[in-house]
Amino acid sequence: MLTAILVASVLLGGAYALMAMGLTLQYGVARIMNLATGETLMGAAFGSFWLFTAMQLSPLLSLLFIVPLAFAINWAIYRWLLTPLVRRAKNQGMLEVDSILATFGLLFVIEGAMLAGFGGNYYSYSFLAEPVTLLGHSFGLNRVVAFGVAALMALALYLGLNRTRYGTAIRAVAVDPVAAGLVAIDVPRAAAFAFALGGALTACGGSLLSMFLTFNASMGVVFTMKALIIVIMGGVGDPRGAVIAAFLLALVETVVAALVDPGLTLAATYLLFVLTLLFRPQGLMGRRT
Amino acid sequence: MRKNLIGTLAVSAALMAAGFVHAQEIKSIKIGTAAAKTGPGAGGAGVTHWPNVKLWVAQVNKGGGILLKSAGNKRVPVELIEYDDRSSNDDAVKAIERLATQDKADFIIAPWGTGANLATAPVFAKYGYPQIAVTSVTDKGPELAKRWPNSFWLLGGGQHMAGSLVDLLKKMNAEGKIGKKVAMVHVADGYGLDMVAGARPALKAAGFDVVYDKSYPLGTQDLSPIVNEIKGLGPDAFIAFSYPPDTFGFTEQSKIAGFNPKVFYVGVGGAFPVYRNKFTAATIEGVMGTGGWDVASPKIQDYIKAHKEANNGGEPDAWASSVQYAALEMLQQAIERVGSLDRAAVTKELGSGEFDTVIGKLKLKGNVRENPWAVGQWQGGSFYGLAPTNLPGAHAPVLKPAWK
Amino acid sequence: MIFPMQRREVIAVVASTAALALLAGLPLADDGFWLALAISIASYVAMATAWALFSGPTNYVSLATAAFFGSGAYVVSALAETAPWPVVLVAAALVGALLALATGLATLRLSGVYFVIFSFGLAELIRQLVTYYQTQVTGSVGRYIFVTISASEIYWQLLGLCAIALFTGWAIQRSRLGFALRVIGDDETVAAHSGIDTARVKVLLFCISGALIALVGAVMAPRFTYIEPQIAYNPMVSFQVVIMALLGGSKRLWGPLVGVIPFVLLHEWIAGRFPNHTHLLLGMVFLLVVYFVPQGVSGWLEKAWRRIRGESA
Repeated sequence: MLTAILVASVLLGGAYALMAMGLTLQYGVARIMNLATGETLMGAAFGSFWLFTAMQLSPLLSLLFIVPLAFAINWAIYRWLLTPLVRRAKNQGMLEVDSILATFGLLFVIEGAMLAGFGGNYYSYSFLAEPVTLLGHSFGLNRVVAFGVAALMALALYLGLNRTRYGTAIRAVAVDPVAAGLVAIDVPRAAAFAFALGGALTACGGSLLSMFLTFNASMGVVFTMKALIIVIMGGVGDPRGAVIAAFLLALVETVVAALVDPGLTLAATYLLFVLTLLFRPQGLMGRRT
Repeated sequence: MRKNLIGTLAVSAALMAAGFVHAQEIKSIKIGTAAAKTGPGAGGAGVTHWPNVKLWVAQVNKGGGILLKSAGNKRVPVELIEYDDRSSNDDAVKAIERLATQDKADFIIAPWGTGANLATAPVFAKYGYPQIAVTSVTDKGPELAKRWPNSFWLLGGGQHMAGSLVDLLKKMNAEGKIGKKVAMVHVADGYGLDMVAGARPALKAAGFDVVYDKSYPLGTQDLSPIVNEIKGLGPDAFIAFSYPPDTFGFTEQSKIAGFNPKVFYVGVGGAFPVYRNKFTAATIEGVMGTGGWDVASPKIQDYIKAHKEANNGGEPDAWASSVQYAALEMLQQAIERVGSLDRAAVTKELGSGEFDTVIGKLKLKGNVRENPWAVGQWQGGSFYGLAPTNLPGAHAPVLKPAWK
Repeated sequence: MIFPMQRREVIAVVASTAALALLAGLPLADDGFWLALAISIASYVAMATAWALFSGPTNYVSLATAAFFGSGAYVVSALAETAPWPVVLVAAALVGALLALATGLATLRLSGVYFVIFSFGLAELIRQLVTYYQTQVTGSVGRYIFVTISASEIYWQLLGLCAIALFTGWAIQRSRLGFALRVIGDDETVAAHSGIDTARVKVLLFCISGALIALVGAVMAPRFTYIEPQIAYNPMVSFQVVIMALLGGSKRLWGPLVGVIPFVLLHEWIAGRFPNHTHLLLGMVFLLVVYFVPQGVSGWLEKAWRRIRGESA
């Protein structure tokens, strides 16, 4: 029983981490509170769905197309849509307001495009929906695979940020963009790169989640909210915080569902979030400001 | 495009055929509709509301329109005016007001969803429009019809729907096919609670042993803890009053966990064609769901064919779609019998007349449809109505085989 | 309280009273679509103005609007059939204020984006708890509200709330509280050092704002006939209020007003013209506004006004 709960919560935590990892990079480094993150997720899910049903392309292979495409699109969004806002903002507060407004508009545009292409219906397909036995219990292979890819991504991100020169530069921008500029880091380029990478990670998450979730064009906002909760609980600017928060929330959700009452799962996760911030106002891994 | 292009074209064609325009001639019958194209309700309305409205308008105009005595016994084409209510009741009220007072629609199709239908009921009543509510599961139908005599409630409520399910289980138990152990789970939202409120007393009265009875919040993404716990309890029947994403989730998780009860029942979405397309007919053999129709009847067969043609191959679902279409047929027949666009007379006819629709002969009692389909089952790739068992075309239930 | 008023202010008060009287006559002209549209606008003006009372000067962006709105609506569903309407309204305002008090006390240590998402999480927590309570205790999440209040009466009440919100904002600006707020908004540390009890000021303001929003929820509830947590605690309400207020400009008292009106009208126009592409077009227009009206509608209007005066002077 206990092992079943633990494995299930680890798998769910992987799914949550997939939703939030991209956003934490976009907000932490590029300072853009991207309200369209759920729509990016849904867009990738629709992409995978379409490639799977129309071209019989496995969602895992479709990552090869979708992730670079998402990177390019997000780079363009940052370069052409958001850079003017960053330039004209006199302080962080103004940028926050502008980026909330701009990405809210973006959210509608992406959602509207998906509605035009796919309509409002529910979509779902079966891929690797077969049991795999872990520690004596059956789990969905698609969830296990998604978790595996999420873990690989998180590892690559961690190594990239901590073991490479460019990663260090990005972390420097996350800590203090002004000081980073002073030590000859190309801040706009690093921010654009982080935003694009964040978008690519989000899209990768969307493709993987589409293997086991039922979705429609209007559902993005649900994922945006979940991602915001995770990012803030983890603490802004440190992807490790988001990963830890994702697993904690998943653990609470699974434990409450199995041992207390499934009716209280979401109440319990929000309670955990609220309590975390009450005792650690800067989030789990955030720095005090 | 607000004005339906087909409608406009049909109008011009009809006018040209007539050769002249008479001063008092009614050029078109304006039918208004507002339902969700965006927001949380868009998924449901995209299955049951919009495709059937589209199909109906196309069918009516293909036949020349609605026959009006008042227009010199001529067929008058339908012009559709549509709005998106963004799944918001405030917007739904606004849209219906707009249809009634700005667009001066002749008739208005009831919106999609329980909340929207109740929020707009006073508006329909204020302007005297008949409201044929389909997609709202409510036990209060008779009470609502008394409050708003121009409203009609076609889909039934939790007491009937869940009661019919329990009757079916009782019958299967009496025949020795299943035992008495039932596990039940419901979404903590309107539909789930209405259904469970009907199921609980019925299960108790029938002497079933309910080993699991819990709710889960809307938007739960991992249902495996619930499925695993229920599997451990080994029930004969599994009942989930669920919404589409959870319906898909329960099915996939149960298959993965190898949970094979003799009765496997899911809520909204179980009768959707996308459900079968996702899991394949072989996998879902024997799965029961909310809804049902007499799928073998020639009328339903014709309806399915026409629905596919009008909606790029999209099939109707086996619960509310055909009822929505039947509601529109009722409207057309009532208008034709009255022979004019007199809304009060049409409302009266809707309440008292008998109508010939895709779901058979339909006569409302106290503005409520009696004895609608409640339970259906996938058998050989088709969704057959099972209960109420006394309905024409009701199939006998089969025990669910192990997942394939 | 007697304020010494300047001539400009007297004009403003007389003009707004006249405008209010004029607006109150709207139901006599049309009680159909235009009234429905006016109700939509009035409800958002009241909420956005109340929201900006707190969030404008303090820079605390609250996403808890839905929590206040929904709680107000639920008070109506619980009391409307037994208690007289004014009592229901007072109860709703109290619930809103108490909720804001609890939230305010709990969130003093939070700042910036942490407060934004915290307020959102709190609203969702309340929604989940209300749902669970109803599931367990009453056995139904949906509640029917059969109160006969006409659309005109709802509209007049909302108009009253708009007036109260605007007047409260004006009175606060003129009071010691308003001065304290401006200092906090400029620099919270300076404010604390100059002896302002920043915590008390913020919590008090949040309570006023919460009570007003709860009142809007209470007034709107009879219009829905049927409420469930999904409808009452709709998070989109929180987002839309923030967006409209920011669009108008939350630094000026009348900013939210000039944000809400074009937003709702534009939305209605697009929704009527292009029902199948509402969101796509609305999003594009929105982006254009963000780029070409950088200081919000109120900033733009002020600039235009100054230019006109500058040219004529």
